[in-house]
Amino acid sequence: MSGHPTYQPQTAFMRWMERRLPIGGLVYSSFVVYPTPRNLNYWWTFGGILAFMLGVQIVTGIVLAMHYTPHVDYAFDSVEQIMRDVNYGWLLRYLHSTGASMFFLAAYIHLFRGMYYGSYKEPREVLWILGVILLLLMIITGFMGYVLPWGQMSFWAATVITNLFSAIPLVGESVVTWLWGGYAVGNPTLNRFYSLHYLLPFVIAGVVVLHVWALHVAGQNNPTGIEPKSEQDTVAFTPYATIKDTFLLAVFCILFAWFVFYMPNFLLHPDNYIPANPAVTPMHIVPEWYYLPFYAILRAIPNKLLGVIALAASILILAFLPWLDTSKVRSARYRPAYRQFFWAFVIVCIGLGWLGAKPPEGNYVLFARIFTAYYFAFFLVILPVLGKIERTRPLPNSISESVLREGKPIGAPAPPPAAAKV
Amino acid sequence: MTTMSSAEPTRRDFLYIATASVAGIGAAATLVPLIAQMNPDASTIAAGAPIEVDLSPIADGQVIKVFWRGKPIYVNHRTMKQIEEAQNVDVARLPDPQPDSARVKPGHDQWQVLIGICTHLGCIPIAHQGPYDGYFCPCHGSVYDTSGRIRQGPAPLNLALPPYEFLSDTKIRIG
Repeated sequence: MSGHPTYQPQTAFMRWMERRLPIGGLVYSSFVVYPTPRNLNYWWTFGGILAFMLGVQIVTGIVLAMHYTPHVDYAFDSVEQIMRDVNYGWLLRYLHSTGASMFFLAAYIHLFRGMYYGSYKEPREVLWILGVILLLLMIITGFMGYVLPWGQMSFWAATVITNLFSAIPLVGESVVTWLWGGYAVGNPTLNRFYSLHYLLPFVIAGVVVLHVWALHVAGQNNPTGIEPKSEQDTVAFTPYATIKDTFLLAVFCILFAWFVFYMPNFLLHPDNYIPANPAVTPMHIVPEWYYLPFYAILRAIPNKLLGVIALAASILILAFLPWLDTSKVRSARYRPAYRQFFWAFVIVCIGLGWLGAKPPEGNYVLFARIFTAYYFAFFLVILPVLGKIERTRPLPNSISESVLREGKPIGAPAPPPAAAKV
Repeated sequence: MTTMSSAEPTRRDFLYIATASVAGIGAAATLVPLIAQMNPDASTIAAGAPIEVDLSPIADGQVIKVFWRGKPIYVNHRTMKQIEEAQNVDVARLPDPQPDSARVKPGHDQWQVLIGICTHLGCIPIAHQGPYDGYFCPCHGSVYDTSGRIRQGPAPLNLALPPYEFLSDTKIRIG
């Protein structure tokens, strides 16, 4: 970390400020000269994309809250009013509803990247656990937000998910009544979900600060999974990481805009445009796509309590990943067997997502059980055993050795003549 | 501090313990209203008072749905065939064993009153559906018979019975 230039305030005001609140120096050391491994690929840009998506959700959410009415008699109509009457209301709501999907998409890519390159391993366990907490908070926040439009899917999602707690022995029913504030999902439920849906994004923002803090203490992992050893192994955050993050953010925003402008309802359910009706459950009730794998695990277990336990365990088990994976080698690049099990795991997760949208019958249930078994076996059997028996490939001596040959990037075009003379 | 001195407890030790105790009790007392406010409020409890249902307009084989405490209550006027089917079941083989006689009021075999909420995750089962001509939950595929007993699927228990009594042969009070 030594050898990097320290912050020199350029203006009189910043010099004045620096002696009182050194925020300029903090930004400079954290986001300008901060050394990042020189071999980071595009999979490392999703942290920045996630920060951007959190900002999008908070800004559009605060604006939507100015027009939304959290009452069972008005909630559905107020959302329709946002869509039809409020200036640009359609755009703001579609940005928010599509933004939730994009947020989860980026989070899952970010999570799989961490798993592929072993980013959870020592000394990044706390960083990883904070990430799992962020995922949990996102899941709770997203669910509560989905309830607010008070359509059929909103109402029945609220009913089914809160009823998960009724599986708790002895106190389950009391807990559910307490969550509802009534004898069924109703106005008190909607009100408290609205309150918490507004609160939790700021809790997420707070945990993100801890997440970034932990990242800057441990330093970033990289595709080789070996720590930077010399200054040759790193480049400055600005411009290298900044431009890389910004470029992929722009590409990501094109995808985001594609959904917002061309297929804003593709990721929503038509049933949610029917006002909530406590007397009728929709024939086919499914959660949003980003919850489908967990939903499939819930339904794969033919016992209520065990199903709920499996659902909770499928998320919480991620927090124990740093200790379940016994391998000393971080990156899947040098773990040929792990790499295959990892991709099988990705396919299983996508498969569970597909099965979660299917009716719970016949072969769908059978495959959901097989995939659920693999999901847990991956963490509880494969990872602990594989770390002991796998023959890993030799690691490079340094990051720069893996990407440079005779001081020049492998595969880079010849340097311009002017630079060659130097 | 106490660990650093081997002498007798001092007045400062007493103050530490006393302050921490008061703070702990105060924090616990503060949690009571914060947690209790989430339970059903007075108006919700008042709105959950008993309701009366007139049975005379319900035809043979018809199921009506009334609401009590925000929950759908099914009142099923069962046919002779349905009653026989419900009674002629090997109770011991049911997931949640219960004879049909325990699920109706004595002498009122034709009236099946139950809470129409699936015991799995709270969806509303559809009446007259499924292989037992009872109830079928579209969410996760639980199947109940004409007595509201669970026969297939992930639900662990029979459909719950609300508290109710017969005021006369054609009128019940639920609650």
